[in-house]
Amino acid sequence: MSLLSQLFFLILLGVSAFFIGRRILQIRKNILLGKEEDRTDQPQRRLKTMLLVAFGQKKMFKRPIAAFLHLLIYVGFLLINLEVLEIVLDGLFGTHRLFAPLLGSFYPVLINFFEFLVVGVIFSCVVFLIRRHVLKISRFTKIEMKGWPTMDATLILVIELVLMVAILAMNGADQVLQTKAVAGYPVTGAFFFSSIFIPLFEPLSANTLIIIERVAWWGHIAGIFAFAYYITYSKHLHIFLAFPNTYFSNLKEKGEIKNMDNVTNEVKSMLGLPADPPPAEIPRFGAKDINDLSWKHLMDAYACTECGRCTDSCPANTTGKVLSPRTIMMKTRDRAEEVGESIRKGGAGLEDGKSLYGDYINKEELLACTTCNACVEACPITIDPLSIIIEMRRYMAMEESSTPQSWNAMFQNVETSFAPWKFPPTDRFNWAQDVKAKISDQ
Amino acid sequence: MSDFNIQIPTVAELTAKGEKPDVLFWVGCAGSFDDRYKKVTKAFVKILDKVGVKFAVLGEEETCTGDPARRAGNEFLFQMQAMANIQVLNGYEITKIVTACPHCFNTLKNEYPALGGDYEVVHHSTYLQELIDQGKVTAKEGDFKGKKITFHDSCYLGRANNIYEAPRKVLEILDAELVEMKRCKTNGLCCGAGGAQMFKEPENGKKDINIERTEEALDTGAEIIASGCPFCMTMMSDGVKNKEKEGQVVVKDLAELIAEAEDLI
Ligand code: SF4
Ligand code: SF4
Repeated sequence: MSLLSQLFFLILLGVSAFFIGRRILQIRKNILLGKEEDRTDQPQRRLKTMLLVAFGQKKMFKRPIAAFLHLLIYVGFLLINLEVLEIVLDGLFGTHRLFAPLLGSFYPVLINFFEFLVVGVIFSCVVFLIRRHVLKISRFTKIEMKGWPTMDATLILVIELVLMVAILAMNGADQVLQTKAVAGYPVTGAFFFSSIFIPLFEPLSANTLIIIERVAWWGHIAGIFAFAYYITYSKHLHIFLAFPNTYFSNLKEKGEIKNMDNVTNEVKSMLGLPADPPPAEIPRFGAKDINDLSWKHLMDAYACTECGRCTDSCPANTTGKVLSPRTIMMKTRDRAEEVGESIRKGGAGLEDGKSLYGDYINKEELLACTTCNACVEACPITIDPLSIIIEMRRYMAMEESSTPQSWNAMFQNVETSFAPWKFPPTDRFNWAQDVKAKISDQ
Repeated sequence: MSDFNIQIPTVAELTAKGEKPDVLFWVGCAGSFDDRYKKVTKAFVKILDKVGVKFAVLGEEETCTGDPARRAGNEFLFQMQAMANIQVLNGYEITKIVTACPHCFNTLKNEYPALGGDYEVVHHSTYLQELIDQGKVTAKEGDFKGKKITFHDSCYLGRANNIYEAPRKVLEILDAELVEMKRCKTNGLCCGAGGAQMFKEPENGKKDINIERTEEALDTGAEIIASGCPFCMTMMSDGVKNKEKEGQVVVKDLAELIAEAEDLI
């Protein structure tokens, strides 16, 4: 029996690892559809940013209640993995509670600690479900959240709840089995929270309890594998990508818009200045599709948790314009997934007649942005929706020449009068005459 | 020339005399042409003159930094402007620039270096704060006593460049009551004009952004909305007008408030 279950466990582990690994490679490929961008300078500052923002959850604390609940789930997630390690080893070696004899009296302390975390996670998941479905917090019910995104969020919370309840049921049955001195269930001492199941389990026969314990055990571990695979399709990918995403985040002042070096070369040669290297054939100005964006833009899109803090603070969105920075991120990811999937199947990929700009994100959205950086500031994992917006505006202005008439007039003024308004450049210094005149009148 | 109390030399004039300014005052397009913002330019010049700093302006040689062009996506136009300006600035060996416009400030400070223009760039809020710290600028007591002032953070000063304290420090010497809006500092709400929005109609929505922001400012009960940006000034003034509150509430730049407190206006 044990050997059979060991074999079965090995197969389950192998199959899970295969599918999860395949998805990870696919996501990596999709992200690498983006252009190169160097984000390897200042490694120490990067590491510090990652530790503070991803590991330390620094930016979450702008909203303390959500931050606290999220922290419970996050710490639970990190630490309960230690128990998962025991479960995996037990599965492979056909043992039961492998760590118990090794850790001695410390073992129940550890398990009790995990149970506290489990209850913390359950509490947070329940509150989160209430916030989404009963209180209907506005950022969770915006138009871009209709359908799958809300379903995804709900599913994750429910799965986490089930996994946590499975741990408690498993420990509860285990304790009763211990008191009944069933072989293979070493005495570990009492567990704090799962003992609530004891009155429920006490009257049951040892066989039934073993079944319950085993079902909970297998359910828990198989659930974790399924969950791990599922999150590669979900916004919950952020639990992994938040780390590299903060490490590679933009360290420059938010106000700086990245220089287009290929344009610099063209402008220099137009002005007769030495340009290095000589202007090469430029495939495209700005971004029409995901391959015109950088890999970091695409990593941003995969890391986005759809929390909507960006959209919530966006002046355009909050005053009713169609722009939502969260939608920009979601659409970018959708497009990257679509293209990646098509390439994987040997399909048209980027040449499918569609593009991010136009088919996913429209002009009206892009034009509404005030470049205020509120979205960038708000994002708990340093995602930069503004930078994608600017790249697509560049495409509009330089490739399509489809900027609004009033902007074209502004361009014209800058070009001919050297100011965005149509004033004669010779009047530029007139204000000084005013000051002088006024004072001389006194 | 001796009729004039204030000397406003251009860099070209100084160069002709074989001199260099310690600091270049970058006036900006709004500061040069916009009737309302010209008053801010003049107020700031009066302060510079009073503290005796050796400053100069570019005068007719100044042109748009290119900020709105870049943000509207026209990188070519931006770079043409930037390179022309950098040639002028480098030609005069300018090292330090002060400006009252956060958009000019941001572009000169953060975006010109990639094109060969490296200067020490200061926004006038920081500059004023330094003058206050050095005791060179003081305020006459009483002018603003008991008045409520609220400061509207400009995105390009605040979030874009992390300057939140300097403007507040400047307002502190006014002996007024500084009140904060619901959304301030890192959470500040845009006036609606950045990113070249100043130069086109807003997209359709429930409301214009400047109206939303003005409502927040009015909610504080302040009589003075202080700003440090020409775009914010325009948007907030329009908002106050829209709410028919011109009688009770004024929008003023930091430099104007200081000049007033110093009896320079
Ligand atoms: S930068 Fe643009 S998208 Fe981001 S919050 Fe401001 S207006 Fe919205
Ligand atoms: S971009 Fe950041 S703030 Fe916006 S939804 Fe995604 S994770 Fe949240």
